[in-house]
Amino acid sequence: MIELREVSRIFHVGGQEVRAMDRISLAIQPGEYLSIMGPSGSGKSTLLNTLGLLDTPDSGAYLLQGQDVTSLNDAQLAAVRSRTIGFIFQFFHLIPRLTAQQNIELPLLLAGVSRRERTGRSTPLIEAFGLSDRSNHRPDELSGGQRQRVAIARAVINKPAVLLADEPTGNLDRHSGADIIELLEGLNQGGLTLVVVTHDPEVGERARRQIRVVDGRIAADVRRA
Amino acid sequence: MRPLDAIGYGLASLGSNRIRTLLMLLAMSIGVAAVVLLTGIGNGARLYIVDQFSSLGTNLVIVIPGRAETASNTPATLVGETPRDLTLADARALARGDAVQRLTPINIGEMNIAWRGKERQVPLVGSTAPILEIHHLQMDRGSFLPEEDMEIARPVCVIGAKVHRELFGQQNALGELVRLGGFRCRVIGVLGSEGRSLGLDTEELVIVPVAFAQMLLNTEGLFRILIEAKDLGVIDRLKTHIKTTIAKRHYGEEDVTIITQDSVLATFDKILKVLTLTVAGIAGISLVVAGILIMNVMLMAVAQRTAEIGLCKALGAGQLQIMAMLVTEALLLSSIGGLIGLGLGFAGSWLAVQFYPALNATPPPWAIAAALGTALGTGFIFSLLPARRAARLDPIRALAGH
Repeated sequence: MIELREVSRIFHVGGQEVRAMDRISLAIQPGEYLSIMGPSGSGKSTLLNTLGLLDTPDSGAYLLQGQDVTSLNDAQLAAVRSRTIGFIFQFFHLIPRLTAQQNIELPLLLAGVSRRERTGRSTPLIEAFGLSDRSNHRPDELSGGQRQRVAIARAVINKPAVLLADEPTGNLDRHSGADIIELLEGLNQGGLTLVVVTHDPEVGERARRQIRVVDGRIAADVRRA
Repeated sequence: MRPLDAIGYGLASLGSNRIRTLLMLLAMSIGVAAVVLLTGIGNGARLYIVDQFSSLGTNLVIVIPGRAETASNTPATLVGETPRDLTLADARALARGDAVQRLTPINIGEMNIAWRGKERQVPLVGSTAPILEIHHLQMDRGSFLPEEDMEIARPVCVIGAKVHRELFGQQNALGELVRLGGFRCRVIGVLGSEGRSLGLDTEELVIVPVAFAQMLLNTEGLFRILIEAKDLGVIDRLKTHIKTTIAKRHYGEEDVTIITQDSVLATFDKILKVLTLTVAGIAGISLVVAGILIMNVMLMAVAQRTAEIGLCKALGAGQLQIMAMLVTEALLLSSIGGLIGLGLGFAGSWLAVQFYPALNATPPPWAIAAALGTALGTGFIFSLLPARRAARLDPIRALAGH
């Protein structure tokens, strides 16, 4: 479903060339549960951003569901992101003035879905994620775990093919973190492809496939039995 | 994003920063209010002046002694040179034209009027009976100048309401003899207490037969001759009639200036329209200032909401959509501000009318459209730059809060 071929991304920082991705090739099958680990600055975030079409590689090919997405323009990329990819961030990135429900419905709002259909799709998600009594609260009235639940609901409301999570537990306590990982794994068991970037070995090692990135290259690609 | 959703989203984001929004609304509404109010006042002034002129009758043709240097009928011709007097005989000859409805010669001077030891100086108008109709004068009591030959210097006068009040108080003035300059003359009527005519307050006037006035003022010449045409269609014929008659009588020289009411009116109308437009333009500058303010605040908003914009991009919003969202916000701001400004402008015009009832300070429809159009236009144009900046934000950096 996802295939990177010899993808490179080079940044120029203070006159120096930094290879955030150095000819990375990677294939991810539908329904996979994959973690990307590595030290700071190893290029794992760049890899995730590339997978999420937020960053464009300097060279190499990226096939997403069989389509070469490296040559798409801004509007086409936005459309593919909207349909195919769900994002979860370390800092949740909820819009403070919107309620939990409005935050969850934001991707549908941007995609021009009618209010009736938005409510129709967000209500079951809110129930399934245990947020029914919080749906009209604003983010500052929610706990960290609840905020991340809202963010996950927002990421999956457009029924994406792949869920990309950047340090999803990085800003949560142990208990809430475990909670969130369980929720994500539940979604994966429902067939959603899950890619988690993390520092935390405890989180990373739960994935069935673990990739280790060092200096912009894949240093290890381990599948658990 | 659907249009209604975009409006809702824009309103919510405006509502989330109330002070900033209120300041921008204030700037926008003051700009629009200034345009509406100033054009309203300008338009009111124009209508007032036009109305004053039309009250003299648009069929009116004024003959002034002396040829104006310039050919155009501007107010400047009122102070032309006087090589040869216009006389009563000229007036009598002019009255014979078939396009003439009414004609009255006019003389003007200052004169002392006295009654039983009370004395005051008044503007004296020498004329004939038709001036009553031509200048729409109102009688309060008594009768106006008799309809008779303009050469008869009958010693009678019609006095203004204020003159009457000051000389006679509560007593009846009709039939009383007053001293006018060196002559005695009988009061036969009192003018009603309304209106100004030709720049003279009718309340203070004393009107006497023109031949009598010439005697009092010791002159043969006339100040001017007012001629009312039968209708607007014969004004050109009337002008020809005046020119040929005067030329015949003044040894071939057309040494008079002919002013038609509608040409004066048109000139004033033009001047005041330009003036109104100028004032509107000046007020429009405040709208542009408001626009620049909007741009600044939108730039601030983009900086503050970098993460939100990055998020929207990550969630599938393209550059155009991000731009549309921000431009919608600016348009909402300027249209709400514009509507508030319209309200303020109309309230201001209403207040102006309360203080100066004569001034019909209604803003013309084009000014309303122009003010709202400029408000929306500046909102749109000045939001493009911030919106473009937002649209081009790198979502990764934006999400990281840079």
